[in-house]
Amino acid sequence: MKTLEAIERELEARAPDLLALAESVLENWIAARGETPTLERQEGFRLLALHRQGARGVPSFNACRETCREIAYHFNLVELERGSAAAERSRGMMVFLVKHLLLFVSGKMQVEGLGDFCCASRPLRKESPQPS
Amino acid sequence: MNRPAKYQRVAYYPGCALEGTGHAYNSSTKAVGKALGLELDEVRNWNCCGAMEVKNIDPKLQTYLSSRVMSIAANEMGAGVVMAPCNGCYHNLKKAEHDLAHDASSREVVDRISQKAGHATYRAGQVETIHALDWIKQGIGEAGLKERVKNSLKGLKIANYYGCMYTRPRHIFPEKDRGPGTESTSQPHFMDDLLEAAGAENVDFPLKTACCGGAHTLSDSDTSTKLVLNILRAAEAAGADVIATECPTCHSGLEMHQVRAEKVLGQKTSVRMLYFTQLLGIALDVPPRKLGVHENVSDGIALLREKELA
Repeated sequence: MKTLEAIERELEARAPDLLALAESVLENWIAARGETPTLERQEGFRLLALHRQGARGVPSFNACRETCREIAYHFNLVELERGSAAAERSRGMMVFLVKHLLLFVSGKMQVEGLGDFCCASRPLRKESPQPS
Repeated sequence: MNRPAKYQRVAYYPGCALEGTGHAYNSSTKAVGKALGLELDEVRNWNCCGAMEVKNIDPKLQTYLSSRVMSIAANEMGAGVVMAPCNGCYHNLKKAEHDLAHDASSREVVDRISQKAGHATYRAGQVETIHALDWIKQGIGEAGLKERVKNSLKGLKIANYYGCMYTRPRHIFPEKDRGPGTESTSQPHFMDDLLEAAGAENVDFPLKTACCGGAHTLSDSDTSTKLVLNILRAAEAAGADVIATECPTCHSGLEMHQVRAEKVLGQKTSVRMLYFTQLLGIALDVPPRKLGVHENVSDGIALLREKELA
């Protein structure tokens, strides 16, 4: 599995496989929660199945749901009109979308445990572990 | 087409942000309402909706705080509709409405605190909470707006940014996703519809509901700056001159982190931010000063002059 840092570097490179990078971002989130990233697909996309898995029990993770769906949408546009100017525009938008997903997930991994943010549901004041 | 009378005069809940950083959103909302003949009755003695701070400590206290605003509107002002222009307030009032309709323990807590505070307990369904977008869309509609446009926004390319709280979580917005004419939680379009009716050209903007990092702007400023920079760059790549906003937190986040991105990361972007009410006000020929355009950090005046709109 690629690290988030490696994904960020690859995003800057020429012609990266953007859909695979987006999947890798979500794999990081799921693995960090101690689960095995699914190989299943939803609506033809593993990315959407990974998002569903990543959001299980964490409602605030749905804040990146539409980003994932937009990635799938623009992927379809690129595939449909491969080589056209419209496909290039869609590919450009995919770069922004994958970058946003990466920033959202890496930010979320950092703040997880600090408390609520936006529509999150994790309580801020958890009981501190008792010293042994 | 006759519009529902209930949206012509609504109880107005500006919320704390619109008295501070979002002051221009407050003045432009009032100015647009006046220009369109829509009336606002400010909720008397309103309080904070509980925002994120109270919710973190005790979610049911946030439910009570939001319910008090709705109780005053319903029981003391006789209002049937409460309009909240701030996404955070709108979200919290909708959440309180949902909790009071579905959770007995929330009802018990709200009743207990309301009695102690000496006001009538709010009961789910007493008022309908709407956003400023709903107010104009339902109160006037695109056709009505088009008739009133005196200064078309033609030539202005807009990326509409809704933020993440206007549509999430879906279950607290039962009126959305009901087919034609209703708002969509996955592809919101009310702001697009209104600004298009005002003559603007909406660009295809895939990050319209993406997170701006607003809630962790203090705990993790760098991530917030990078999230905002990505939104700004995507808007520019989509060809936008301006990002239209409908939330004071998102708006100030975009403005502040645009400045911070240049100072800290050396990344300059030139897209401007204006509240959708400021843009509608311009189209209705309300003077920019009355819309608070000069209060924005992002220099909207220069852009409006360049486009011969001011």
